[in-house]
Amino acid sequence: MKRFRGIRKGQNEGSIITEPIWLQRMLIGVAVGFVIVFLIAPLLIVFGQALAKGWDAYWEAIREPDTFKAIQLTLLTAAISVPLNLIFGVVAAWLIAKFDFWGKNFLLTLIDLPFAISPIISGLIFVLLFGLQGLLGPWLSQYNIKIVFAVPGIILATIFVTFPFVARELIPVMQSLGNEEEEAAIVLGANGWQMFFKVTLPNIKWGLLYGVILCNARAMGEFGAVSVVSGHIRGQTNTIPLQVEILYNEYNFTAAFAVASLLALLALITLIVKHVVEWKSGRHHSNSVQINRFKEGISHEY
Amino acid sequence: MSIKVEHITKNYGDFQALKDLSLDIPGGELVALLGPSGSGKTTLLRIIAGLEQPDSGRITFHGEDATSQSVGKRQVGFVFQHYALFRNMTVFENVAFGLRVKPRRERLPESVIRAKVHQLLKLVQMEWYADRYPSQLSGGQRQRIALARALAVEPKVLLLDEPFGALDAKVRKELRRWIRQLHDEIHITSIFVTHDQEEALEVADRVVVMNNGRIEQIGTPEEVYEHPANLFVYQFLGDINLFQGRVDGNRIKVGNSEVAFPELAGMAIPDDKTAIAYARPHELEVYGESHGENAIEAEVRHVRVIGPTVRLELRRRDNGGYLDAELSKERFHELKVRVGERVFVELRNLKIFVEDYQI
Amino acid sequence: MRKTQSILPGFGPALGYTLTYISLVLLIPLAMVFLKTLTMSWETFWRTVTDPRVLASYRLSFLASFLGASINGIFGLLLAWVLVRYRFPGQRIIDALLDLPFAMPTAVAGIALTTLYSTNGWFGRYLENIGIKVAYTPLGVVVALTFIGLPFVVRTIQPVLQDLDKEYEEAAASLGASRWQTFSRVIFPALVPSWLTGFALAFARALGEYGSVVFISGNMPMRTEITPLLIRTKLEQFDYTGATAIALVMMIISFILLLIINLLQNWNRRRMASH
Repeated sequence: MKRFRGIRKGQNEGSIITEPIWLQRMLIGVAVGFVIVFLIAPLLIVFGQALAKGWDAYWEAIREPDTFKAIQLTLLTAAISVPLNLIFGVVAAWLIAKFDFWGKNFLLTLIDLPFAISPIISGLIFVLLFGLQGLLGPWLSQYNIKIVFAVPGIILATIFVTFPFVARELIPVMQSLGNEEEEAAIVLGANGWQMFFKVTLPNIKWGLLYGVILCNARAMGEFGAVSVVSGHIRGQTNTIPLQVEILYNEYNFTAAFAVASLLALLALITLIVKHVVEWKSGRHHSNSVQINRFKEGISHEY
Repeated sequence: MSIKVEHITKNYGDFQALKDLSLDIPGGELVALLGPSGSGKTTLLRIIAGLEQPDSGRITFHGEDATSQSVGKRQVGFVFQHYALFRNMTVFENVAFGLRVKPRRERLPESVIRAKVHQLLKLVQMEWYADRYPSQLSGGQRQRIALARALAVEPKVLLLDEPFGALDAKVRKELRRWIRQLHDEIHITSIFVTHDQEEALEVADRVVVMNNGRIEQIGTPEEVYEHPANLFVYQFLGDINLFQGRVDGNRIKVGNSEVAFPELAGMAIPDDKTAIAYARPHELEVYGESHGENAIEAEVRHVRVIGPTVRLELRRRDNGGYLDAELSKERFHELKVRVGERVFVELRNLKIFVEDYQI
Repeated sequence: MRKTQSILPGFGPALGYTLTYISLVLLIPLAMVFLKTLTMSWETFWRTVTDPRVLASYRLSFLASFLGASINGIFGLLLAWVLVRYRFPGQRIIDALLDLPFAMPTAVAGIALTTLYSTNGWFGRYLENIGIKVAYTPLGVVVALTFIGLPFVVRTIQPVLQDLDKEYEEAAASLGASRWQTFSRVIFPALVPSWLTGFALAFARALGEYGSVVFISGNMPMRTEITPLLIRTKLEQFDYTGATAIALVMMIISFILLLIINLLQNWNRRRMASH
């Protein structure tokens, strides 16, 4: 996926091995049409509806106190879950990319699990654990601690849903870089922290940035899991996506789309960062690809 | 500093990389670990460096047990096969790395570090490249920086893993000579791994030939080339021709010809025991006419001129086997043979290996 | 536990931390589904998960996910081909936009699609003229699931197509194959493992999807109610055991899909390596 930006050959010029130009145009036309209908139109309608009644109505909708509270809660949720998953992602990627151990593939599958589970189930499990009928529910209510249908539940569900992102992004990057640079640092007398901060971190910084941005986008935009554990109390346990749902179900479309446009903007920023990261790491990446090819050419030594 | 390796064993799962291997390396020598892929040479180098732990056995540096010493404490310089230069640092920062990561009380002042790095860059003839990044350097230049970086921490031992492996033929030759000179200047105990026999023979003071996790022979380049300890070493160090023969007293019969081997006398090898005789292509003498019964008759199948030497592919008349002979251009012109013509091959300088006997 | 010794530091602490974190965040909560199901008798469990309304939701979820993944299978292949092989204006923007369904929150996608396809919407108004209703019908579910699964097929095929050496096609052409024969016999077989992987990923994602579907589907029991929504409804009625039973069935299906995807990816990797 990463390599895509790096080496591109324009193959419809020059080469004899290609399709007739009319067929090319037709295929391009159909593909672009599909993208317009399924991607561009939904994106445009968000901003179109948000601004349908002008900028004043747009600002009015965003400045509304309950919406403002929802934005605050979303920021708090991201501020807690993203750093936790960032640390986990770096540690897990280090473990999986740099060491060989029994059960490694199983661990990888476990890390992928939240991708495979329905967001509704991701919410459900926390209700089962902390809800009144749940395992820890009676004990928690004795001490008057509320987790589900309150802010802690939202944060826990968000951590669950977003925890693979950083690790998933870093593992292939670290694997393609190999162990030699770190070994060289250790041979030269560096300690573990010096090795990590001076050698490893600079090499993975772009992948790490993208992983964090992706993790953040999902943390702020998660809907299904959060909607299960949230109490849906306006101004208290609503995040931005839940606020969108409420406004939409009240037929307050302009306000719903105005709030939604904030999330759409976040999505666009995420895409731009991804693009920049691929472009930045493209140079490094094509280097490491060359090195890997080199290594394959030279017989591996035990 | 001398290095002593005692009874080292190392397994990777079912694969035995090193089998009870022992080796002494005197201080100040430049030693080559030579062997084919999978012979265990890189594993041995990494164990000496402390990059891997042996399953059993001991490593001593100058009489001091280093087996459980961590790699950072062993004071070894290691040059990685692909150099492992830190890609986010300039050449200067790469070379300075080992000096800058020392604990504060051992660390030299920055000005001293700078001077030292510049001196090292000068030593490796790279002083103009201090501000470049590794990706802007050629393979040979990276190699020199990797060496300078390893030398910066003043190691007691220098270890190089396939130091010329990733370079093209011309740069490889240059660097070979240069490393030899460098070693003569700084006299640090050095070990390098290679699978190229020419490289080992040309550069090293001593060659350790390895195969299947064991040492086959240790000796100077001349010793291992002229007096190979066994078949493997002989075959590994160059092209060979092979002759099946039978023992007959102190002679070996090869086809219709007989070769005397005085050293066979007194070994009491039973007659008719199978013996295998070897000769390198340049050791075969080719004549236009027969000089007696010891010659083997053959037909010229191909002639290849490679620079100043000529290679002949010959087919034996007696059993149809093929031989390679190498002659100088002058000798070839003297012979005046062409493809399809008959020649006679004299067997001299044969090495023989008789089953179950050490000769 | 470690197979080979490495001198790189941090194996022990990293392993300990990773396992602890995964246990706390992932394994203990997930175990709740199994624990809760154990409190049910087998009969109750079976009755719950085979209730007609539940069966209808499986049918819709499976069919709509399959259709959505199929649409993406066809258009994803086309998009990957066009993006890798041709050059045209706006190409880079389209390439970048393809990840939008990954980045866009599902609720936003849901209300946007609903608005597009409702009676007065940009698309809905024309479709209704020719008698096609999308919003609040099973077709709407397919549209939403197509949207959220869109990047998978393109993004799994793209790198493989990129790395496919032009030499194979040149060899086929030099041997007299037509362009179509070259595609169907040389190029497509090389893409099959990644194509199937992309399809399976899109399908798995679609099965669990909630946010984008609930707005456009109308949520009519027996007709446009997907399985995740049914779990949500049961939860709102405080039928926790019922919700958990259905969740368990979905989780088992997800695990099987994950296993299939892993096998497909291994196949893919082997194919890539042999090229």
